[in-house]
Amino acid sequence: MSDVAFAAGGAPHGHSSNGGAHSYLENTGKRKGILSWILSTDHKRIGILYLISIFSFFAVGVVLGVLMRLEMLVPGPTGKIFNAQEYNALFTLHGVIMVFLFVVPGIPATLGNFFLPIQIGAKDVAFPRLNLLSWYLYITGAAIILVSLFMHGLPDTGWTFYVPYSIRTGTDVTTAVFGVFVLGFSSILTGMNFLTTIHRMRAPGMSWFKMPLFVWALYATAWIQVIATPVLAITLLLIIIERVFSVGIFDPAKGGDPVLYQHMFWVYSHPAVYIMILPPMGVVSEIVSTFSHRTVFGYKAVAISSLAIAFIGYLVWGHHMFVAGETETAQFAFSLLTFLVAIPSGIKVFNWVATMYKGSIDLQPPFLFLMAFIMLFAIGGLTGLFLGSVATDVHLTGTYFVVGHFHYIIFGGAVFIFFGALHYWFPKMFGRMYNKKAANISLGFLFVGFNMLYFPMLLLGYEGMPRRYFSYLPQYETLQHVSMVGSWVLVIGLTIMFWNLIRGIRKGEKAPANPWGGTTLEWTIASPPPTENFEEIPVITHEPYYHPDAEMPEEHAVPVAK
Amino acid sequence: MAEIAGPVTQAASAGHEAHPHRDIQGAKMGMWLFLLTELLLFAGLFLIYSVYRYFHTAAFHKAGLETHTLLGTVNTMVLLTSSLTMVLSIAAIQRGKKWLCVTFLSTTILAGFVFLGIKYVEWTSEIAKGIYPGSPVLLARSNGEILFFGLYYTMTGLHGIHVIAGMIVLAFMLVLVLRDKINQQDYIKLENAGLYWHLVDIIWIFLFPLFYLIN
Repeated sequence: MSDVAFAAGGAPHGHSSNGGAHSYLENTGKRKGILSWILSTDHKRIGILYLISIFSFFAVGVVLGVLMRLEMLVPGPTGKIFNAQEYNALFTLHGVIMVFLFVVPGIPATLGNFFLPIQIGAKDVAFPRLNLLSWYLYITGAAIILVSLFMHGLPDTGWTFYVPYSIRTGTDVTTAVFGVFVLGFSSILTGMNFLTTIHRMRAPGMSWFKMPLFVWALYATAWIQVIATPVLAITLLLIIIERVFSVGIFDPAKGGDPVLYQHMFWVYSHPAVYIMILPPMGVVSEIVSTFSHRTVFGYKAVAISSLAIAFIGYLVWGHHMFVAGETETAQFAFSLLTFLVAIPSGIKVFNWVATMYKGSIDLQPPFLFLMAFIMLFAIGGLTGLFLGSVATDVHLTGTYFVVGHFHYIIFGGAVFIFFGALHYWFPKMFGRMYNKKAANISLGFLFVGFNMLYFPMLLLGYEGMPRRYFSYLPQYETLQHVSMVGSWVLVIGLTIMFWNLIRGIRKGEKAPANPWGGTTLEWTIASPPPTENFEEIPVITHEPYYHPDAEMPEEHAVPVAK
Repeated sequence: MAEIAGPVTQAASAGHEAHPHRDIQGAKMGMWLFLLTELLLFAGLFLIYSVYRYFHTAAFHKAGLETHTLLGTVNTMVLLTSSLTMVLSIAAIQRGKKWLCVTFLSTTILAGFVFLGIKYVEWTSEIAKGIYPGSPVLLARSNGEILFFGLYYTMTGLHGIHVIAGMIVLAFMLVLVLRDKINQQDYIKLENAGLYWHLVDIIWIFLFPLFYLIN
């Protein structure tokens, strides 16, 4: 791979042309077929490997979710389609797959892997082989989780593996937890790799405040991955030790404290929410600048706010445990700290909106995804306030309200932007364009289906419908049915979207190097990118969102003496 | 952490052992980040230890009297000495003295075996007394003592696994030194392996007082 000529002097010039270099999709090495992919250390190929595997698990998670909704066909005390035990397994697997196999690796492992080195002007990540190892660990962890399904019954603890039930249940929690443990290694290695890459491999001239905001977001995320994941690892390890050796650390019969488990779990898992949401926020900054044709308003504030969110995110875990016997002091402190997260989040949102102000906005599919994101994320954020304040949380915790809120943030927020990011970078990754009309139609279905599915959950929860029940009382029937039908509309939207994207890879019209007028480095190289990314390492002289064509409106110009 | 990007250093792609530009600082940074994650892994356990010690102070004190302070002290000395030989092996390769490096590296690995051997004797004698997780003797005792010994086996056990991992890494390094892959010009791998060994050492430095001394 490194024998592709990029020697200075003799290399053909011109950034946007292919310049004779092979695209990363073509095989130039000695390996053929699938081996040239699964043994490749090219960050772009690894990104694609992740993309395929992550979306395969996403499909499984969606099917499980739809089945859970289907169970709500008829009210009443008995299970209609699944019995209670099967329903417990459904929500556990849905949670484990969607959280640990889809959203947590999500954008960093796929698009981060693909675009981080390109955006900082590097040829690869700092440790390419470690990068490939991360993917193998991901696949191994996923395989172990799958194996746990066929051993001693499906795990039925919920994705949080709360003790003491998780150490007493007869189902195969040990294997599933071990799978998640292995996935943690994958996450840690990716984080380490990104941190080192960002510190060491930026192109000449790219100072910290000349980095694209997606890179800033990945940087903050990588720190969380490195600092939080080990704590989850040891917590999960303790579940296994507890189940195998009955040491007693979390067993109340032997003096252990189950609430301590909850602390240990959420010390990781709350920052993990920011692992899920920070990278999408980085993508939003990219999309908003490109399609408004303006530089990101308050660039430094947006960059620093990523770090601020990552930092405050460490101090709020106790809000998951307001009803787990916390002292009033702890409740007060955690509630206050939770509200503080709104400050850096608000800085981001206001700066995005300010970026659009007086911009020349181009309503392309990625931008429409972004609009949907802002709306859904706003609902998610506002419902979060209900759960962040102790008085209302006591009533709403453990109900559908929490489920609705979580999905508005993670699905409506993170995943909608994941989709938007796919539509944004698709022409760069594959050198072809999808059908934009079909993309907009799919977004319409997704948006309507999403709100039909999850808004009723907020109402149901407010009325007292508990989560994780396989049945419900007759008064909830209408809303449950709206929600169920919503899940079908959502699936139609997903089907159209993926069909459109997959079709685009093969049959879409050829995309130019810079179809959207983006300003970051990935738009200066060919689509799809050559194996070595850059023939010559670029020298950075200006800020990342410099739009030379966009004339600055007169009233914004620096006032000069008349 | 430099403000300005250093010289462009690119890791070469697949299968190329000889990197045109080695980024030694990058490699070290990656290692330090990894050590940070290892510390945090144990930090979780130290946190649990402090919480339970706070709740069961008297029982922890009582149980602490039953661990082998002498064996623990000897093991501490063994590990500290092994860290010394580790550093000496790096100093040797820096001066191009391959066989001296091999000697010190082998001594380090040997010290690992000695540590594990003493650990084996120690655990065996505890188990002979009937003290192990879930044993009738232990379950008859107070909750605090059950937790103390639960943590004792968990934490020293996890540390033992790290010692074994460290020894495997050092064994690979030994092979690389013998094959001249690690040499006077290029010894970053050995340095990183050394860092890992010191980490294993330093975690023991914290385990030692918690389980053997404060009682």
